[in-house]
Amino acid sequence: MFTRFFYELRQVGVPVSLREYLTLLEAMKAGVAAYDAEGFYYLARAALVKDERHLDRFDQVFAAVFKGLAREDGTADGGIQAEIPADWLRRIAERILTEEEKRQVQALGGWDKLMETLAERLAEQRGRHQGGSKWIGTGGTSPFGAYGYNPEGLRIGQDAGRNRRAVKVWDRREFRNLDDGLEIGTRNIKVALRRLRRFARTGAADVLDLDGTVRATASNAGWLDLKLVPERRNSVKVLLFLDVGGSMDDHVRLCEELFSAARAEFKHLEHFYFHNCVYESVWRDNRRRGERIPTLEVLRTYGADYRLVIVGDAAMSPYEIVRAGGSVEHWNDEPGQVWLQRLLAAWEHAVWLNPTPQRHWDYTESTRIVRRLVADRMFPLTIEGLDRAMRALMTG
Amino acid sequence: MAFAGTDTYVATDDLRVAVNAAIALQRPLLVKGEPGTGKTVLAQEIAKALGRPLLTWHIKSTTRAQQGLYEYDAVSRLRDGQLGDERVRDIANYIRRGKLWEAFEAEEPPVLLIDEIDKADIEFPNDLLQELDRMEFFVYETGQTVRARQRPVVVITSNNEKELPDAFLRRCFFHYIRFPDPETMERIVAVHFPDLKKELLRDALGMFYEVREIPGLRKRPSTSELLDWIRLLLVEDVSPETLRARDPGKLVLPLHGALLKNEQDVMLFERLAFLARRDSR
Repeated sequence: MFTRFFYELRQVGVPVSLREYLTLLEAMKAGVAAYDAEGFYYLARAALVKDERHLDRFDQVFAAVFKGLAREDGTADGGIQAEIPADWLRRIAERILTEEEKRQVQALGGWDKLMETLAERLAEQRGRHQGGSKWIGTGGTSPFGAYGYNPEGLRIGQDAGRNRRAVKVWDRREFRNLDDGLEIGTRNIKVALRRLRRFARTGAADVLDLDGTVRATASNAGWLDLKLVPERRNSVKVLLFLDVGGSMDDHVRLCEELFSAARAEFKHLEHFYFHNCVYESVWRDNRRRGERIPTLEVLRTYGADYRLVIVGDAAMSPYEIVRAGGSVEHWNDEPGQVWLQRLLAAWEHAVWLNPTPQRHWDYTESTRIVRRLVADRMFPLTIEGLDRAMRALMTG
Repeated sequence: MAFAGTDTYVATDDLRVAVNAAIALQRPLLVKGEPGTGKTVLAQEIAKALGRPLLTWHIKSTTRAQQGLYEYDAVSRLRDGQLGDERVRDIANYIRRGKLWEAFEAEEPPVLLIDEIDKADIEFPNDLLQELDRMEFFVYETGQTVRARQRPVVVITSNNEKELPDAFLRRCFFHYIRFPDPETMERIVAVHFPDLKKELLRDALGMFYEVREIPGLRKRPSTSELLDWIRLLLVEDVSPETLRARDPGKLVLPLHGALLKNEQDVMLFERLAFLARRDSR
């Protein structure tokens, strides 16, 4: 029935499967929602969307697909989506209209004629949500006014207390800020970073393992045999390299949020700062940039079980990466890419997080170079990108 | 048997549809939303509206799926065995029923609330897939199969601390409780404080939404905090005039402790109030 709707949802990345689709059909058969567009919208949303991040995308697709409401005659690609809603509309009308009104309908040329006109009106209406005198309070001059048709809410029939619905619900796009492609906040970052949690039992065995004790005691024919295990701890270790200054100034807030979230999430988190590209030394405190730590020392200190996260916009002159002496701050004996490769060789689980939007990456030469160096493990600093990055760190 | 909100709970249209779909198709309903928007209360209200008993299973970080089905109390049995108790011969004496079992065997189908499922281990929801789907499970110790007499209404809440597995999500209906708009909020408050003076309500709501809009708050106050605050205002008998006056001598709004739960937020709020006062001079 709604095959196109289903596929378009999948296309925009709402993970619906056949199972959800069947659930929706089943629910419709069971008559769960009232026969109106809004009820259908709510039902479809509850059945097909399983994560608030996808709600906004769902709304958009819903709006796009069911615009077909307008193309009642089924021209163009309107076949599927036009068919159903017309049916729905008819049902509502049948339920609501009085006998007298039904006769009026007949006078106007019958149902089909009415539906056609209605469809035209709807098509017109789509363009201007604010509405106008044509649609509301016509006092019986328009065929639709007579039946209390409220075009803005796509609502046929009277319904108390709904006057606030100025625009179709799905067109209001209330869930926009929950979409993970867009916004980032400390809490969201934390949720994303939590992907990286990996609990393991490390340290001294000091917690009673009840199940183990029971098992051991049972197999000991009842002689108590206490078993102890170490406590579970989050064992992930993270090295965070942050680009500061220059073009990164625009992204300071984002990086601060990422940093504060990361610090709360990981017990083993070491952070270092660099400017544009990592060279022979980095620093830990931005106020005392003079106190440098040789990068070699960092390389020696932290074992291969650390996961490397580099945050930077990778926007610089290509010379800063590929040439000795290319740094804007000092004379570097070895080019930045040598240092980058050393870092990547020391810690094989590595990602580069880039706060600039992904669509801009290809326009910057240096971004392309860095991306190649990190073997395409560069992710945008959005929730969704962070999520992918954390997955890459877990498996890669 | 449709759910339409109760006299103590305002259910929006979309919530109603989701709840009724879950009841009609006997699938679990997964509810998410900002803390304090009434996720847990929803289950209680559904139970009340349908006239069914409510069973609550609170999930903690150490909760395992098995505990919801049953637990085999080996330690008691061991002790009884060593004391020579007769009960020891029947292993069924040491099977402790979990919440799911209780819900399955109940006389009339209850409403089962699985609260804060995201607190548990990441594998937890997966371990319950079959049990929630088919509403039956097998007890290894006694070799019996427990089957639900009637399928209970299952409500699951999550605070988004962990992602839930896809396979689990596919089996649920989903509803995200959005933060109520001012109009809905007015109805919610009216349900809780029917005798509240109109002016006071309007002023309090205005200030509440103002506070929520302050950028950079760590924890934005939600419905439950608003209700607490209004309760306090009533107890202290704060008049609408005092509320509105915003006495320049006093920097913050009365009883703000009910709304802001974090000292940084309070400081931020005081600073803003201070700036506002300076500007007004």
